[in-house]
Amino acid sequence: MQNILKIRNVSKTYQSAGRTLTVLDNINFSIAAGSTVSIIGPSGSGKTTLLGLCAGLDRSSAGMVELHNIQLDTLSEDERAQVRNQHVGFIFQNFQLMPTLTALENVMVPLELRGEKKVKPIAMDLLEKVGLADRSHHYPSQLSGGEQQRVSLARAFSNKPRILFADEPTGSLDAETSDKIIELIFDLNKQSGTTLILVTHDPDLASKTQRIIRIKGGRIVGDDMQG
Amino acid sequence: MSSNRRLNIGWLIKMAWRDSRRNRSRLLLFISSIVLGIAALVAIYSLADNVRKDIDEQAASLLGADLQVSAGKQVNDTIRQILDSAGGRKSEERSFASMVYFVKSKGTRLVQVRALQGQFPYYGTLETNPINAAQTFRNKQAALVDKTLMLQYNAKVGDSIKVGELQFVIEGTLLKAPGQTGLSTSVAPSVYIPLQYLQQTGLSQKGSRINYRYYYKYDQPINIEQLTKSIEPRLEKEGFRIETIQSQKEQTGKSFSDISSFLSLVGFIALLLGCIGVASSIHIYVREKISAIAILRCLGVKAYEAFLIYLIQIVAIGFLGAVIGSVLGTIIQQFLPFILKDFVTVNITTTISWPAIVQGIVLGVFISLVFALLPLVSLRKISPLNTLRVSYDERAAKRDPLKWLVYILIAAFIIVFTYLQLRDWKQSLFFTAGILVAFFILVSIATMVMWLVRKFFPTSWSYLWRQGLANLYRPNNQTIILIVSIGLGTAFICILFSVQTILLNRVTLSASGNQPDMVLFDIQSQEKEAVAALARQNGLPVIAQVPIVNMRLEALHKKAGKQPLKRSNATSYDEVSKDDSARQRSLLSREYRVTYRDTLATSESISDGKWNGTVAADGTIYISVEQGWGKRQEIQLGDTMIFNVQGAMIPTIVSSFREVDWNRIQTNFLIVFPKGVLEDAPQFHVMLTRVGSDEVSAKFQRAMVQQFANVSIIDLGLVLKTLDEILQKIAFVIRFMAAFSIITGLVVLIASVLISKYQRIQESILLRTLGASRKQILAITALEYFFLGALASFTGILLSLGGTWALAKYTFKTGFYVEAIPLFIVFLSICLLTVVIGLMNIRSVLNKPPLEVLRREA
Repeated sequence: MQNILKIRNVSKTYQSAGRTLTVLDNINFSIAAGSTVSIIGPSGSGKTTLLGLCAGLDRSSAGMVELHNIQLDTLSEDERAQVRNQHVGFIFQNFQLMPTLTALENVMVPLELRGEKKVKPIAMDLLEKVGLADRSHHYPSQLSGGEQQRVSLARAFSNKPRILFADEPTGSLDAETSDKIIELIFDLNKQSGTTLILVTHDPDLASKTQRIIRIKGGRIVGDDMQG
Repeated sequence: MSSNRRLNIGWLIKMAWRDSRRNRSRLLLFISSIVLGIAALVAIYSLADNVRKDIDEQAASLLGADLQVSAGKQVNDTIRQILDSAGGRKSEERSFASMVYFVKSKGTRLVQVRALQGQFPYYGTLETNPINAAQTFRNKQAALVDKTLMLQYNAKVGDSIKVGELQFVIEGTLLKAPGQTGLSTSVAPSVYIPLQYLQQTGLSQKGSRINYRYYYKYDQPINIEQLTKSIEPRLEKEGFRIETIQSQKEQTGKSFSDISSFLSLVGFIALLLGCIGVASSIHIYVREKISAIAILRCLGVKAYEAFLIYLIQIVAIGFLGAVIGSVLGTIIQQFLPFILKDFVTVNITTTISWPAIVQGIVLGVFISLVFALLPLVSLRKISPLNTLRVSYDERAAKRDPLKWLVYILIAAFIIVFTYLQLRDWKQSLFFTAGILVAFFILVSIATMVMWLVRKFFPTSWSYLWRQGLANLYRPNNQTIILIVSIGLGTAFICILFSVQTILLNRVTLSASGNQPDMVLFDIQSQEKEAVAALARQNGLPVIAQVPIVNMRLEALHKKAGKQPLKRSNATSYDEVSKDDSARQRSLLSREYRVTYRDTLATSESISDGKWNGTVAADGTIYISVEQGWGKRQEIQLGDTMIFNVQGAMIPTIVSSFREVDWNRIQTNFLIVFPKGVLEDAPQFHVMLTRVGSDEVSAKFQRAMVQQFANVSIIDLGLVLKTLDEILQKIAFVIRFMAAFSIITGLVVLIASVLISKYQRIQESILLRTLGASRKQILAITALEYFFLGALASFTGILLSLGGTWALAKYTFKTGFYVEAIPLFIVFLSICLLTVVIGLMNIRSVLNKPPLEVLRREA
């Protein structure tokens, strides 16, 4: 199977109080298209930083990140934005919905950005899939946490991404709602054949993916394929 | 990979609209800061537009004739010939300052007597009550008396006044005369009498300072320009001036343009103040939008697209603000004629000026855009990583070179805008520099205050005080914006008040102690002793008696070998102005009032050269020149000045410069001759005395008018009153315009405080959740806003003291004097207002349960 994401010798350092802080140190891995992978590790291990680099939200200090055969490190910020719009979907721990847009408009944004016409039925269809068709005209503040995350999910799949990045997608939700959201993520992922990369510190959630990359102190300490 | 996605303007506009949904009232609040500034400018531009049209339409009635020839001397045969050859219908007017005695009320007052012959004004009218008095007074021993005099002396039509030796019946009240403003009637109210009675008043004697005017009206169309061209050189050579409707139009237009430029600049300051409010509000708005922008960036929005979404919002709201401002300005314009009626000679109309409205809208959109750019450019730097963790780096934004470009754009805009008002690059640069310095001082003080509070934080104070004080420097504080906006507004109003106090105080001080408080002038040589005797009979001291000789400068020969400046070099007035500078032109064209004496007055001292009190043994006449004037005219010691005294040429040599204290009520002169030259020249005398009280003054003035009708009296009490009246009128206009700055300051204050609500509300709710009482939150908020109000107004007052001191020292050349109580009242009012607005802002947090507030404000 073809690799959709290649990470080669990637490091990320920050200057803090006059000294260099290494957050990621010489990371190497590849991810096959259509697979599900979780990156797990304790707080401060560098997993969110790694997600940012993989998704083209930031540039590495050294090494190479290649997403869908596009080398992200050589691209400008605007070029990376276009890559994200065309190939990437996001789910965040705190949902990150635009507070001034309705649920429907939030789902429509990635499609509208691409200049696509007649996007409303597509967005409505997605909201239908996540069970929120009747709340399409509600603003995020009028929705519960679980509902907001479902809108976020619909938005993430709206541009038919090749790869979906989820950062602690259930971190702000109760156990029952979390289970429903996880089920929904995996269902939608299966239907669309998207690659899923999930960042979490929850071993139970990680166990649902095909592969687990363990990270600690900015280094990969384990990379296991699951049954 | 290339970023070649097409720019989708439609989507950007849609996103701008969507994003603004829950912020529109806030956006409107930001932009409300510029509404008043735009309103002020549109009002002034509309007024200027209308006045330009009014001047065009009313120019003829301003002059009252097609042509006016005037001079401060009687016509000789040559001039008479020219005047007679000018053709058309002719009117003659002789005007001079003289005392008038109101018989019934026994009051006396210095007025401008206008002795008129003919049917002047040919355009416009002498507005009188009753209306026909403007005609009927011309053929009998009757007068028209200015309405302010009628009111002051409780006179009625049919009463009598005495002008010189002759009594006139008041035929009517003069309401308005061509070319007259409310201000000019305050200074010198007019009394019209028929010219045929002038001789009998005894006021038209040799040496009297009479202004002669001849008005022409042509019933058949003639080429005025050609006519003036043919007669002007000869008339000007003799010291006569010509005015036509065209020249009057230009002159009135110029003087109004000075007023409107000044008012526009005052309005512009209000607009700038509002712009700072906009920049500051948008800055906070952008900070709140970081997360939304980061989400958009994550979803693939490019940096410049995110920038454009918010730019579209600002342009739209700027446009709305500018339209509201323009409508308000058009309404305000309706009131301006009432406010400016004393300063403008034309009747001002108030039609809607579309060019002014368009100008206002374009300016409003442009200025909100330029000032919003400052915070907006930082949008480009917002990373999509903010969706994962907030890491907005303000330091990086500050280093952004584009920000410096925006700063340059703002400075360039201020300079160019000021230039468009003043049409003078140097003045525009000075104005811009002045504003920037004021801003710099205010920002520096605000920054210093924050630094000092942080550095010397009173850790021993109670929690409430510490919390209130700490809010001055904590993130998202309002310290700089409030100190700048409120400080500038406070400084502005305090300077106005203090300058007015200083000017009045200066005159009041002059009237105190043993200083003279009454000036008698136009005393003929033969009356000199008798006038002094009358003063002594009334128990009044003769502080000084000074002879005055009128003369003109015929030529100035420079000692340093420069080309001599001679009247005879030039065949016409215009040639003088072409060949020489305006300075030289005024040197030759003005009339000099010169005295002669052998000693220096107490108000003067020699600063350079040697004082010569008498004519030298070899007959050389050494004169003394006032140093400031001499310096401006580039006159040097040893220069030869040839004066023309009633046709007699008197060569003199400049031997000394004098430093003169002009602030004293004294007869001070630019040029002083030695004794032994001018004793026999036609002259009049000035006498200074001290009357002390109004009763003595009235009694002495009555006695003087009865015995010496030709002598004019300036009573310092009246001067003070008139000066106060004029200053009140000017101050009213300035205050009216300054009010725009003050109210803008308040709007910025309200906007800043309301915006800070979004910053402070979370914290207040948290405090409420943690158990803080209503009283404690009120106290923290009140203290924070008290500190802000106190600092802002105190800084403004400090700035105003500096400004007033500079104006007193360099412009008015007088002592610095400030009344503390009004400034203290300003200080308290602003503190109180800030606290009240701050407390009103927080009331929703106090009255509702924390959870409800959190849900609503989320």
